[in-house]
Amino acid sequence: MKNSVEVKNISFSYGKTEILNDLSLDIKEGEFMVLLGPSGCGKTTLLNCIAGLLDLSDGQIWIEDDNVTWKEPKDRHIGMVFQSYALYPSMTVEKNLSFGLRMMGTAKKIIDDKIEKASNLLQINELLKRKPSQLSGGQRQRVAIGRALVRDAKVFLFDEPLSNLDAKLRAELRYEIKKLHRDLSNTMIYVTHDQIEAMTLADRISVMKDGLIQQLDTPKKIYNKPANLFVAGFIGSPSMNFLRAKFDKSNQYLLIGKKQINISKYENLNNLIDDQEVVFGIRPENIKIEKNENSILCNVELVEPMGADTLVWTSIEGTPISIRLEGSSNYNLNDEINISFDINKSSIFDSKSEERI
Amino acid sequence: MNSIPSGPRPKHLTIGRIGLYCFILVCAIFFLMPLYVMIITSLKDMDEIRAANILNLPKELSFYSWPKAWSQACTGFVCEGLKPGFFNSVKITVPSVIVSVGLSAINGYALAFWRFRGAYFFFGLCLFGAFIPYQVMVYPLLKIEDALGIYSTLPGIILVHTIFGMPILTLIFRNFYASLPIDLFKAARIDGGNFVKIFIYVIIPMSTPITIVAVILQVTGIWNDFLLGLVFAGRDNQPMTVQLNNIVQVDYGVAEYNVDMSATILTSLVPLFVYFISGRWFVRGIAAGAIKG
Repeated sequence: MKNSVEVKNISFSYGKTEILNDLSLDIKEGEFMVLLGPSGCGKTTLLNCIAGLLDLSDGQIWIEDDNVTWKEPKDRHIGMVFQSYALYPSMTVEKNLSFGLRMMGTAKKIIDDKIEKASNLLQINELLKRKPSQLSGGQRQRVAIGRALVRDAKVFLFDEPLSNLDAKLRAELRYEIKKLHRDLSNTMIYVTHDQIEAMTLADRISVMKDGLIQQLDTPKKIYNKPANLFVAGFIGSPSMNFLRAKFDKSNQYLLIGKKQINISKYENLNNLIDDQEVVFGIRPENIKIEKNENSILCNVELVEPMGADTLVWTSIEGTPISIRLEGSSNYNLNDEINISFDINKSSIFDSKSEERI
Repeated sequence: MNSIPSGPRPKHLTIGRIGLYCFILVCAIFFLMPLYVMIITSLKDMDEIRAANILNLPKELSFYSWPKAWSQACTGFVCEGLKPGFFNSVKITVPSVIVSVGLSAINGYALAFWRFRGAYFFFGLCLFGAFIPYQVMVYPLLKIEDALGIYSTLPGIILVHTIFGMPILTLIFRNFYASLPIDLFKAARIDGGNFVKIFIYVIIPMSTPITIVAVILQVTGIWNDFLLGLVFAGRDNQPMTVQLNNIVQVDYGVAEYNVDMSATILTSLVPLFVYFISGRWFVRGIAAGAIKG
């Protein structure tokens, strides 16, 4: 499949602070790419560079086989949706939607057609005559999406569009953005720090930290086989449990203080060397409460019922461990439990390089 | 006294409150006293003024000083009152305000949104310019205007007011625009706006409060100006303030205090009027600029 957006070895710095350094990223046609990372990781900067709102210090940006590195934002065939909605406060919804087309000198008839199509799609027909100040947050963001829609953008850029909305609206609009992508199949680049949005929306996620892409893969791969400790800890809520351990090659054990975990079933066992210091990572849902030859005995220290699931907290050698169980499960404080790990679904990281083994 | 706290907290008139009200009252009297004296003096005739009861209300209302101040009082050998000065002031103020506010809005917009190379240096220069006393620049400016051949002309005085108004106005506009969400500007750029289009279609419609503040500042500043009008306007364009001075500072004949008072009130009427109708906007605009930027 051909690439829609190609970011080639770009660098960007504010004064002397380097935000992006030699970053490359290819986004396929029709792909939903999510840039995910904590604040300050450079994801919004990258998006602004693609939009042409910031000048690169080095590298190139290609959109639809066209080198747009020096082109104005308006000539890049993009539409952008901002966290703050960025609707023009003095214009009605209709004027907001048509602003871009009017700037290009599009004929009135065509503008009307496009507005009708976009407002039907987003269910904002009723709002066309209103000013942005008379709209709710969710309505404003719909209008902002509509503004990108009417411009027939080839690539949609979303800059944390749902972060200003409350939880219920966020879920609603997330669903609609996904539907929109299904129906339009445009290329979309979506910046967020919310891992749920990333997991649900993305075809591929690029997890970023300190201006570097840590891992670029499908949501499933990123969740199940995180490339390093940072990705493992950032993705998933409640987050992955980490235990510092030492590898015992002869027994194929991980030693955590006096406790042992049998990891003979780990996929990349052969890459581990004897006595290697590692971090053992296991997601809360991959821990079972059952007694077998490899299980570890511990005490329930805290129970968090969350409706659909129940989170049980315990600890191994002083490190807290969370276990995700069914909502109906019933455990009390200080109950003795035997826990066993699903080694197939665990991750083992080198404690120095923090890379997955 | 209620012993169980319930509902709104009871309000007590404390000594501190009483002290505060007294202070406010004294302040109000202090600032209103001159205005009171001016108004009643302008309504007295000369005999009563000579009786020297400055705070007494007039025994008999006499309005003759008002039309005299407006159209008959003498400045030197010309006895046309303040009227020509009023129209001169209008001719100076209106174009000066329009030009300086318009240019400053564009400057502020460029400084806030189009971060060109050296923008910070230019901003610092504005800041510096806003705090240099006028007097320092009067003579060099006079020489420049003389060389340009517009010294002592209407365009000359308009240019001077525009120059002196721009640093502070640019600052005000820049701070206001810097407080607008930058995303709005980004969205407009993606939507295809260029420097001029974004300014006209997106920025100007949002500039109402700060434009009102700028206009008030400029109207009152230029109307009240004496020094620049005296130096740069030339004989034919003397603003109202300069003529007022000429009326009050008579070297011969009788000093007609009631006419002086009327003339002074007439001169200050425009800024007074501007403050009264726009006080609400003024506070809002200043606050808007103060919170951010």
